[in-house]
Amino acid sequence: MRILKDLFRDYRFFVSLSVLVIIVVMAILSNFSPYDPTLWNVVPRDTKPSAEHWLGTDSNGQDIFWQATFAVRNSLIISLIASLVSRAIAIMVGMIAGYKGGTTDRVLMFAGDSLLVIPIFLIMVMLAMMVREFMNLVVLGLMLSFFGWAWDARLIRSIILSLRERDFTKTALLSGTGTVKLVLKEYIPFATPLIFSTLINNIAWAIGLEMTLAILGLVNLNIPTLGTMLNWALFYQSILLGRWWWILTPVVLSLCLFVALYWMSVSISEYLDPRTRIQRVGAQ
Amino acid sequence: MTFVKRYLIPRLVQYVLVIWLGITFVFLIPRVTPNDPVMRMIDQMQARGSTLEPGTMDEIIRDLTEMYGLEGSWLDQYWAFWGRLLRGDFGVSFFQFPTRVNKLIFTAMPWTLGLLLTTTAITWTLGNIIGGLAGYYSRKGWSRVLDAVAMIVRPLPYYIFAFMLLLIFAYVVRWFPITGGAPLGAIPTFTWPFIKSVIWHSTLPAVSLMVLGGAVTFQTMKLLVQNINAENFVQYAKLGGVKEGRIVGKYIIRNALLPQITGLALGLGQIFSGALITEIVYGYPGLGMLLYRAIVNGDYNLIMGIVIFSIFGITTAILLVDLTYPLFDPRVRYT
Repeated sequence: MRILKDLFRDYRFFVSLSVLVIIVVMAILSNFSPYDPTLWNVVPRDTKPSAEHWLGTDSNGQDIFWQATFAVRNSLIISLIASLVSRAIAIMVGMIAGYKGGTTDRVLMFAGDSLLVIPIFLIMVMLAMMVREFMNLVVLGLMLSFFGWAWDARLIRSIILSLRERDFTKTALLSGTGTVKLVLKEYIPFATPLIFSTLINNIAWAIGLEMTLAILGLVNLNIPTLGTMLNWALFYQSILLGRWWWILTPVVLSLCLFVALYWMSVSISEYLDPRTRIQRVGAQ
Repeated sequence: MTFVKRYLIPRLVQYVLVIWLGITFVFLIPRVTPNDPVMRMIDQMQARGSTLEPGTMDEIIRDLTEMYGLEGSWLDQYWAFWGRLLRGDFGVSFFQFPTRVNKLIFTAMPWTLGLLLTTTAITWTLGNIIGGLAGYYSRKGWSRVLDAVAMIVRPLPYYIFAFMLLLIFAYVVRWFPITGGAPLGAIPTFTWPFIKSVIWHSTLPAVSLMVLGGAVTFQTMKLLVQNINAENFVQYAKLGGVKEGRIVGKYIIRNALLPQITGLALGLGQIFSGALITEIVYGYPGLGMLLYRAIVNGDYNLIMGIVIFSIFGITTAILLVDLTYPLFDPRVRYT
């Protein structure tokens, strides 16, 4: 509880948590939607927001509010798959590279650095072109995770490198602790805060990349996500026709989501960093 | 000689290896994914209503297989693939047949290069100066305001930010053109009216790239300067009566610039991708727009050409940035 209280002293944490709670509630609401998100022309087309359709309806004859609940849910699913799987890869690579050192380290870090240097957005475009027909939430999530681990693997490796030289490592080794147990029991706890804060950044990265791929039409456009919603709105020229309620829904939602995720990650990592924590909550 | 041996040669080896890895990716993707580009092409042709005799069909399949370099074993294909690359031959575009991919890329490239070079140079320089000052005077009001702005802008993806600027400044207040890089049908010339219209068209894309990139440079620089400012040698210099300008310029910013150069090198790939996406939003006629048209038309050869070209371009740019590092850090030069 103390931790939560300290975190709430930062207005950014409060704001971002509130926004995220609202967005998650929206995603959960999708289970109670009166409309099937895959069906078209279930409501009158292109009507303005009203009591019946809170955010109006679009040119496909779908209710925008309920469509948005599905969009948020699916975007979150994709990004959670992407970030959790990539975290798993990052932890493994970082641990192995940091602990083994030598050639293993150099090869793994070379692979990671290359992913940072090569324009992976373009590689993903190519890949998405080739698997377009098989594209769904899981495939997209896995694809993103394959490209999203490099930076965090590097961070975890640097933590392990410093932990390896500490006395407790030697004590553990001399008292016969196995490598796997040592890494899981002794090292992971040190890396957990960092992993958590990069997890949030990675979620935002995955949502942004999904949106970009969706705008280019490289995902399955029949599955509502924030990106595909925007794609449909652009496709039907909703800006030129003045249908602001349609185009603004995905834009405003994603704007809130990105800012909230970023603020939360900054707030948490500032809290975790002892130097900035002292400024905020005082030495304890 | 130690500089060459310990810095230059490993860096060059890495450069070659990264290119090799990237190109190998590009080679493997169409071959390991469950999708035959040749049959795809045929499907697309049939979908557009061309009927084909069985005999001509076989011939087309053979031609396309040869054109895609899908003959023989993977190893043969791999050698042939590199052979063509090193000759600078990316084949022909399918949807602007028979224009060569090279030619399309070279018409689009100056636009992207101009936009990217100008914005990156301005962003990096201004971001570091402003970020450095904001870090040194971190308790001043203007520093906090800039910080708050960066906190909102920083997390936005290129597409969303560019799109918002477009909505506000091209639809709502209509100060800038909605799309394009120059007036329709204008012939590129070195006359003032043409240059003026190009600048006018590229203002919004440039601003959107600069604000997004600048927020990152600003934030990292501010943090670096704040940390260095707290170090002992800075305190000592202050106590010793060294002039403030000298402390900020020579002691703090110079030290903080080193990680910023590495940061620029590591970020170039992202910046480049961001520029392509921004071009798509504004219909700016560079590589991004070319990529977009290639995706919409399913022009695989053209996409491959753009990707390979970009891999070469970005890794080379990063190498060049890295090679300037010793100019800023004497320790690398003499060890």
